[in-house]
Amino acid sequence: MKTAITVSGLVKDFGARTRALDHLDLRVGTGEVHGFLGPNGAGKTTTIRVLLGLLRADAGSVALLGGDPWHDAVALHRRLAYVPGEVNLWPNLTGGEVIDLLGDLRGGLDSDRREELLERFQLDPTKKIRAYSKGNRQKVALVAAFSSDVELYLLDEPTSGLDPLMEAVFQDVVQELRAAGRSILLSSHILSEVEALCDRVTIIRAGRAAETGTFDELRHLTRTSVVVDTAKPVESVTLWPGVHDARVHDGHAEFSVDPGELNHVLERLVDLEVRSMITSPPTLEELFIRHYGEDIAVVPAPDADTEVVTAR
Amino acid sequence: MSGFTGTMRLVRLALRRDRITLPAWILGMAVFLAATTAMFADQYAKHPQLLEPDTRIVVENPGMRVLGLVTGTSVGGYTLHRDALTLAVLAALMSVLAVVRHTRQAEELGREEMLGAGVVGRYASLAAAVIVALAANVVLAVLLALGMVVAGQPAAGSLVAGASIALVGVAFTGVAAVTSQLASTTRGATGMAGGVLGVAFLLAALGNMLGTVDSAALRVTSAWPAWLSPIGWGQQMRPFADDLWWPLGLAVVVMASLFWLAVVLVGRRDVGRGMWPERRGAAHASPGLLSPAGLVWRLQRGTLLGWAIGLLGFGLVFGALSDQIQGLEGEATEWYATFGGDADLLGAYWASMMQIAGTAVAIYAVTLLLRLHHDEAQGTLESVLGTAVSRVRWLGAYAVNALAGAMLLILVFAVAMGITGGQVLGGTASLLRDLVGAALVQLPAIGVLGATVIALVMLLPRWSVGLSWALVVFTVFAGPMFGPSLGLPTWLLDLSPFTHVPNAPAVAISAEPILGLGLVFVLLAAAGVILLRRRNLSLPA
Repeated sequence: MKTAITVSGLVKDFGARTRALDHLDLRVGTGEVHGFLGPNGAGKTTTIRVLLGLLRADAGSVALLGGDPWHDAVALHRRLAYVPGEVNLWPNLTGGEVIDLLGDLRGGLDSDRREELLERFQLDPTKKIRAYSKGNRQKVALVAAFSSDVELYLLDEPTSGLDPLMEAVFQDVVQELRAAGRSILLSSHILSEVEALCDRVTIIRAGRAAETGTFDELRHLTRTSVVVDTAKPVESVTLWPGVHDARVHDGHAEFSVDPGELNHVLERLVDLEVRSMITSPPTLEELFIRHYGEDIAVVPAPDADTEVVTAR
Repeated sequence: MSGFTGTMRLVRLALRRDRITLPAWILGMAVFLAATTAMFADQYAKHPQLLEPDTRIVVENPGMRVLGLVTGTSVGGYTLHRDALTLAVLAALMSVLAVVRHTRQAEELGREEMLGAGVVGRYASLAAAVIVALAANVVLAVLLALGMVVAGQPAAGSLVAGASIALVGVAFTGVAAVTSQLASTTRGATGMAGGVLGVAFLLAALGNMLGTVDSAALRVTSAWPAWLSPIGWGQQMRPFADDLWWPLGLAVVVMASLFWLAVVLVGRRDVGRGMWPERRGAAHASPGLLSPAGLVWRLQRGTLLGWAIGLLGFGLVFGALSDQIQGLEGEATEWYATFGGDADLLGAYWASMMQIAGTAVAIYAVTLLLRLHHDEAQGTLESVLGTAVSRVRWLGAYAVNALAGAMLLILVFAVAMGITGGQVLGGTASLLRDLVGAALVQLPAIGVLGATVIALVMLLPRWSVGLSWALVVFTVFAGPMFGPSLGLPTWLLDLSPFTHVPNAPAVAISAEPILGLGLVFVLLAAAGVILLRRRNLSLPA
């Protein structure tokens, strides 16, 4: 697979004490929408700023569209568009002026596309930036980025100020870009958005890539939630191997099951005469809570191409 | 009075936030006054016979009266003539910045919204800001007086002197209270108050220059424009002579009226907005905006216009005064003579005025170049460098605007002075030619100061603003306007780029200092570029 972004062993320190990125690995294939997930302060913005050549890597290698973002910044920036996480613009310019300015500085924008996006995002381009809300400033940055036809889009938490309606518009636009073969790195901590849009995802925690893979691959690492009613008493469930967090009340039980033990648990449940049962696949929320709520040991992934890195 | 609920809490918050800023301002000013007072006291203890003729010079010379008034012969009064204008401007700036910081800036940054949601009255922030600024001025008055007493001056006069400076701060506390309501941005509120300060200075200077001198040549009775200016009121307290207290009442009345006006305005507007509704603008960028240099031009053209109008006014006034200089005799010529041969008093006068204008223009260039840092610290730089704009091109956009703006401003001043000067003296064409030449030789020194600011922003981004202003103050005081009078050693004077500017048109322009300054400029600018290309950006989190 051709790659749009290849980062390996990236280290970035701020001063002697603060290590923002600690041997981070990240690979985004060409034509892929890649989710970049992590809690606040995990290093998402720092990574993107290194990818833009705004910050200099202390160690490791970074390749972006086949070039070095530190040395070839200007040439590479013609081929990408960036939406910062915190959209700081000039308060006394209008939204329309900023869109034109940023587009032109990038090397030109498609004015039909600009009008279409203004319409879809319902943005009034005649207002001054200082009169916009946070969400509208974000729309300015999004319209400015999406009006340019480039190979790669770097989006740093682009929807944190958008309402659900605009979020849907944003998702439509990203889907179109994916269909058109563009590469997108989408940093976020909004899980449903990443789940809906991304082909693959990298989870970053404390400056390291905790995991990388498709959603299917990552779900192997998590437990399935089970809610079950049985005719016979179900108290013994707490003792079964692979069952966690069980809460039992008469013939009703709620618990989670390790992926490898699911079959055994089902066999035992059948013996108890199941009346009703709900199982739900693990959501990304659970994935997060498991990653950041507790220290986990390495779980060997069944699929060979899933990269697993120990979370500290 | 529920509108003022929570005022004292906010006063404590403001004092906590300003616990370093305000003491630094006040102590700096007090130490400066104490040091210069001690210097002059020492000088006139050794040569007491010089005090009377020196006083006559500053009384009789209209150019020196721009700085302030002296009444009778006293070391304290003479010192204050040298320091009063600087201190008055600093007191006004301290007060304006403090009031804006706790009102408009808090609103702009959204802090006011959080406070306003608490048990805090509508007018509490404004009242707290004014209380803090007034308290700072009271402390300032006392410490300035103390500084002069320590340097051996009489207590009564010293107190009047301290009050005459703090009076300006009090008046501008009121001014800033109103401009913070009118403008919707911090820059706007500060800039508007700064404009009022400029007008106040001009009125006081004009009133004093047009004033009449008594028969002993030891007292100036100012013309009416001086009475329209808080700076003028401070001077009319005439410390160490008449020791009048009542002009202080004028400032208090004006401050109270302006505070009342500000309260009325707060009651009529929305939080976060100014008095004027936000206007709509263009849906598309004009072609002129679509480059880094065009963007910088757009962001600072309003400021540049304000400066141009100010320098135009000063140029016209100083030119019109040229014929009065010609009539000067004897000792009155001494100050000007430091700018050139005493044979050509007029030339020396023009050279000195050009130095003053050159310093002012350098301050403009510094304010513009410090926006480099603000771009970076406030994050607008991230969006620009995320496009196909290189770091060096971004820097170049500012450098080009600073240089072009500085050239425009100094030429506006020179041409304005040449036009009115030519009218009163004749020979407009040759005067214009001389003055334009004298204006252009200021640019290398301005360039050196600007390049130093660039290097500082690139080397020490966090400290660059404070260091840059410290550098400006140093170069002005070590420059030809004050350096020799302050008796600074030659090596220190040589560190100021302004020391090396040829005193045109009094003396012929020579190439060496221009080339020397140009070389320093190139080296510093190159250092700035190299540092910029190598370092991380310090963007907001």
